[in-house]
Amino acid sequence: MRLKTTICAASALALFAATGAYASSHTTTVTIATVNNGDMIRMQGLTEDFTSRHPDIALEWVTLEENVLRQRVTQDIATKGGQFDVLTIGTYEVPIWGKNGWLVSLNDLPAEWDADDLLPAIRSGLTVDGELYAAPFYGESSMVMYRTDLMKKAGLEMPEAPTWAFIKEAAAAMTDKDGGIYGVCLRGKAGWGENMAFLTATANSFGARWFDEDWKPQFDSEAWSDTLNFYMDLMTEYGPPGASTNGFNENLSLFQQGKCGMWIDATVAASFVTNPKDSTVADSVGFALAPDNGLGRRGNWLWAWSLAIPAGSDATDAAKKFITWATGKGYTELVASKEGWANVPPGTRTSLYQNPAYLEAAPFARMTLNSINAANPTQPTVDPVPYTGVQFVAIPEFAGIATLVGQEFSAALAGQQTVAEALEKAQALTADEMEAAGY
Amino acid sequence: MARAVTNQRKTVNTVVAWAIGLLIFFPVLWTVLTSFKTEAEAIADPPLFFFFNWTLENYSVVQERSDYMRYLWNSVVIAGCSTLVGIVVAIPAAWSMAFVPSRRTKDVLLWMLSTKMLPAVGVLYPIYLIFIELGLLDTRVGLVIVMMLINLPIIVWMLYTYFREIPGEILEAARMDGAPLRNEIVYVLTPMAVPGIASTVLLNFILAWNEAFWTLNLTAAKAGPLTAFIASYSSPEGLFYAKLSAASTMAIAPILILGWFSQKQLVRGLTFGAVK
Repeated sequence: MRLKTTICAASALALFAATGAYASSHTTTVTIATVNNGDMIRMQGLTEDFTSRHPDIALEWVTLEENVLRQRVTQDIATKGGQFDVLTIGTYEVPIWGKNGWLVSLNDLPAEWDADDLLPAIRSGLTVDGELYAAPFYGESSMVMYRTDLMKKAGLEMPEAPTWAFIKEAAAAMTDKDGGIYGVCLRGKAGWGENMAFLTATANSFGARWFDEDWKPQFDSEAWSDTLNFYMDLMTEYGPPGASTNGFNENLSLFQQGKCGMWIDATVAASFVTNPKDSTVADSVGFALAPDNGLGRRGNWLWAWSLAIPAGSDATDAAKKFITWATGKGYTELVASKEGWANVPPGTRTSLYQNPAYLEAAPFARMTLNSINAANPTQPTVDPVPYTGVQFVAIPEFAGIATLVGQEFSAALAGQQTVAEALEKAQALTADEMEAAGY
Repeated sequence: MARAVTNQRKTVNTVVAWAIGLLIFFPVLWTVLTSFKTEAEAIADPPLFFFFNWTLENYSVVQERSDYMRYLWNSVVIAGCSTLVGIVVAIPAAWSMAFVPSRRTKDVLLWMLSTKMLPAVGVLYPIYLIFIELGLLDTRVGLVIVMMLINLPIIVWMLYTYFREIPGEILEAARMDGAPLRNEIVYVLTPMAVPGIASTVLLNFILAWNEAFWTLNLTAAKAGPLTAFIASYSSPEGLFYAKLSAASTMAIAPILILGWFSQKQLVRGLTFGAVK
């Protein structure tokens, strides 16, 4: 009897161990490289929903700061390191990497994922030659966020689609430097994704462009001079001190503390500035489209943090299942059921903006959608250009060149040089870099 | 004869020393204080020093979101093993340079140090490619090797300096008593250089613990140490200063405690041979 029991127990143990070994040998690990922002962190917290549906797939997360992530991922793809199976990348990288053959096409995601539901502007920014190379997780544009109380006090009313002239007038009326209130807060920190994102989008609305159709730099044009002079005047007279070091986070902090009359920046900021837990002005924030000059282009940008699969991944099928889950309609409903409609990732799907529950919970929803729809990445400027991208030029050289140009513009804002000098240097260095790159 | 120091002078010196000390320590203190604030309090203007609603929420969020113990263990293994291997390699090298120098010893020492003058990013791609070939990417073994190699010049230099303070005659006496080379290093030289070796170990452990370039570039999900843990809380779009501060405090706490307990040994070692 004892022998029997022992044999039974041993068999059960062996079976258990074998099952475990079988399970672990049949588990595919998907390593996801991502950035640290509210929506991505929320997704990490909800992945149990995915793993319970796919017990054969294990998820591992690598969260990095945006610039570090960009460098790590580029390095890994270029050297075929195979460290990551899913990448979080932006609208700038997708067309370049897609063209290089570095990404796996996502045209074959299941029908219920519903590619046709994606917002057209976002989808076109992630598509190269008919192939969708990344699935948008959340999309954003830029818009005007303003203090309704200060606007009222100034005796002005913000139009839904303001002009730059109105922004200047409102900034002048709202500025109270003695009271620590500055009419307008804008990005000044140097970087292609910092001041140059804002200034490139602004330049579009002033009729400026980075290059003409022959790839000749255009910083010597009158339109660029008008753009930069307007920006400098606005910031010098009505902006906060030390604006040349202000990026998104610094301006967010200033706005939340009630020190900015207006802030023109990413639509994703809307949920931060209206959150009473963090913002002292949560109940008095209004939204408007990014300004224009009546030339047919507004000064707003278009960006989407998207999920893509590198060509070197050995877990492509599992990665596609994850992307289908994370960027599908079901995920939106999951977030809504757990954390409320106001917290679902915005700016990617038409159906979200037809959902009454979302429209009611997110007062900034309509303005976000209008801002995204107002951007056209394939025809971003008034005059024709040989490139795509609204606040960037989708060529590999752009990030390096725009960071250098951004340093010149930031130095001008800091008072270290004149606008004319900054534009002259920008023209020269861009011409040199483009020539060296063979354009 | 000691110089006479007036009481007034003493007071001034003490105040200045405390002011400099506090100035240097302030960023750490501010990080720790911020880690106990809410995100709104973390960006308050004017800044809040001690009178705010102290909360442990950031620590619980960080603990919930990240596997802190895994990062901590990786840091301990990478910093500990790279230092130990480095010491084992460096002791014989420093011995030979200190006690049987050749015409080229000074040049070799300078050449070793010159490798520290090359920007790390200059050799990132070759090392990355080698790591891919050897399957060392995102492994603790790979990082131990890299950390050991980048800190080796400092270890050799420090040990060389300490060994030079030890009279060669003592080793000679051991040799005359018939001690083989191994026994001479292990039983005679090493015990005499313990303060120096201890401070070298501590300093290199701290350097390896704080190293962020290689640890961020050569790891992904498995071998990331506490530097990768901190980096995961940095965000260009969103104010998470309080959580970032909590993560930083959790990352620096072990090394601060280690430094606190071993400060006597560290100072003794660093000033070893300074006064004859």
